[in-house]
Amino acid sequence: MATLSREDLSGLERNVLTTTVERMLAWARSSSVWPVQFGLACCAIEMIATTTSKFDIARFGMEAFRASPRQSDLMIVAGRVSQKMAPVLRHIYDQMLEPKWVLSMGDCASCGGVYNNYALVQGVDKIVPVDVYVAGCPPRPEALLYGLMKLQEKIREQARVGSQK
Amino acid sequence: MALARETLTINMGPQHPSTHGVLRLVLELEGEVIVSCQPVIGYLHTGIEKEMESRTYHQNIPLVDRIEYLSSYHEELAYCSAVEKLLGIQVPKRAQYIRVILCELNRIASHLVWLGTTGIDLNVSSLLMYCFRDRERIMELSEMVSGQRMMPGYFRIGGVAADLPEEFVPAVREFLEEFPRRLDEYEAMLTDNLIWRRRHEGVAVLSREDALRYGVTGPTLRGSGVAYDVRKAFPYSSYEEFEFDVPTGQRGDAYDRYRVRMEEMRQARRIVLQALDRLPAGPVITDDRKVALPPRRELVRSMEAVIHQFKLVSEGIHPPKGEVYAAVESPRGEKGYYIVSDGSNRPVRVRVRAPSFSNLQALPAMVRGGMLADVVVAIASIDIVLGDVDR
Amino acid sequence: MNESGVLTPVQAFLADRFGAAVVEAHAFRGDATVVVQRERVVDVLRALRETPWRFEMLIDLTAWDRLPAEPRFEVVYHLLSLERGERLRVKTRVPGTDPALPSAVAVFAGANWFEREVWDLFGIRFEGHPNLVRILMPDDWEGHPLRRDYPLTEEPVEFRGHVPKVPSEIIPRVPAPGEDP
Repeated sequence: MATLSREDLSGLERNVLTTTVERMLAWARSSSVWPVQFGLACCAIEMIATTTSKFDIARFGMEAFRASPRQSDLMIVAGRVSQKMAPVLRHIYDQMLEPKWVLSMGDCASCGGVYNNYALVQGVDKIVPVDVYVAGCPPRPEALLYGLMKLQEKIREQARVGSQK
Repeated sequence: MALARETLTINMGPQHPSTHGVLRLVLELEGEVIVSCQPVIGYLHTGIEKEMESRTYHQNIPLVDRIEYLSSYHEELAYCSAVEKLLGIQVPKRAQYIRVILCELNRIASHLVWLGTTGIDLNVSSLLMYCFRDRERIMELSEMVSGQRMMPGYFRIGGVAADLPEEFVPAVREFLEEFPRRLDEYEAMLTDNLIWRRRHEGVAVLSREDALRYGVTGPTLRGSGVAYDVRKAFPYSSYEEFEFDVPTGQRGDAYDRYRVRMEEMRQARRIVLQALDRLPAGPVITDDRKVALPPRRELVRSMEAVIHQFKLVSEGIHPPKGEVYAAVESPRGEKGYYIVSDGSNRPVRVRVRAPSFSNLQALPAMVRGGMLADVVVAIASIDIVLGDVDR
Repeated sequence: MNESGVLTPVQAFLADRFGAAVVEAHAFRGDATVVVQRERVVDVLRALRETPWRFEMLIDLTAWDRLPAEPRFEVVYHLLSLERGERLRVKTRVPGTDPALPSAVAVFAGANWFEREVWDLFGIRFEGHPNLVRILMPDDWEGHPLRRDYPLTEEPVEFRGHVPKVPSEIIPRVPAPGEDP
């Protein structure tokens, strides 16, 4: 059997990466987050605009909006959440598998927005835990992309400091 | 042994890729054939009508934007027209032309969203990219004028908030210059496409009688052969000065509605070009100081202007007691506002006559007896906006 | 009475045909309106749908709460005649203690969802409606939100070092000039 000499191993540090398993997982998870199709109102149109060619969410690996919550990682709550829709939202959130994240897109999802009345839940964080809030009415596609990038940073940070909880 | 037959009840939505929003359909199927369809709505009910009762007339303009969010300019125009009718004031000609230009551009943008989302429902996914690319041009134009892509908040009671910027008119002309070629591309791709025709022809047929019984308006009604367009029947905001055609279909199926909307985009372009050619000079908002803010340079010179400004900002306008109904032709149909005033600075009742509400009521009649896969085409061809249905 | 002082042909026909059931007929800013008694409103709608008037489209059916005036609710029908290019508003008043009136579903099929919405938001019952259940609010909701005595239910926003105002109090209601609040 041939043994490796010191010269053979000399360039090794340039060709091999070492890391932790958590960081590998975080890199994989943050680079291919699959959102669930959950467009509710006007913010959904800007979310669709983000997936189109001018703003291109595909460069972040997020163009695969899954119809089924079982296959998705991220719930972008895009729009106002009415009292009738709130249990449905929770139901969809519960069906998503861990690890999962929630991005509250727009003012209505973050805090009730321009509306403050009997019909709307004043902020979706009353129902589900939110990771990133993107403000705007509706937020520009660039703002949503910035929020998604912040989410990616958060996912990678979670690898450094520990699990989601 | 006798075969027992049962229908299968399935639930479609409210979270569904093809319901164009939070619409829930309870479908009863016999095999693949729809026996009955019950839409369940209210998942986007926002209480906008009640909210508008606790705000002043000017504070309601941003609320109104968000009802039919794909055609915010039409929504604002309908609301402002109703309040202007109640006040009995005239809008200056330049403001009327500006409103027409923006509304027709909004019509093109809304129909492009319809076409793109219909495409992606039928798995013509590149159509979504193409249509939104063109819509982005219109969003840039909207941003030039009002600062916002969607929900502009640009129209005011008595006119518009500010004059058009210099770069707007050349930018619109540039967009309209190449737009017919884009439409030709889409029509070449779809109109004689075997798959598109097979999925649209004879599907979701709405007869003329059913359409009138349900109060359906807009391209859905015109596809069934009734040539009712609010811009022609009850012209508003100088539409009587423009030449344009109102396309109608014959059979009332999804294909006719597709043809109607494609032609409407061309006619909208025609209207905008006429409006740009004849855009008059002048003020962009009424000079009635009880309704519109005075221009800022007047505030330096006139005490009266300061008082008017103060009154308008801290109190709002006081329309006379009474009620009015004013309607515009939004991309989905007749958008009407019924406003009741008691003379105070808040409306007593603002009723939004939502075209998508009535159009959706006709959906069960359209899909009964059809296949399950045709429900997707039916919903797409009515072009509903759930914010409008539920308000 | 109309602003011009003269009844339109439709208003004249209705006043003639239905006599005392037509309580008022006026026009404001060009909108012709008739107010009829609630028992006869469906007959009025049916008569208007026939020739020669041909008001074959029910554009809108809604209501509003006139609290504290009595009768409390006013149910408003907006009709459109395509052939004659004319609109008409038909109104009827319904008391707050027994808000009920006959359903117009037999005359206009489109009244179905409109009446459900009025029931949901105002609590006005339409007799003869095939399925009068809530349409916009959740099925187990209590109360009728668009009534004037139903609160807007605003949530006060939390601020530190500042007394928060709910949005509807930022510009308070100012009654018509010359009226006391």
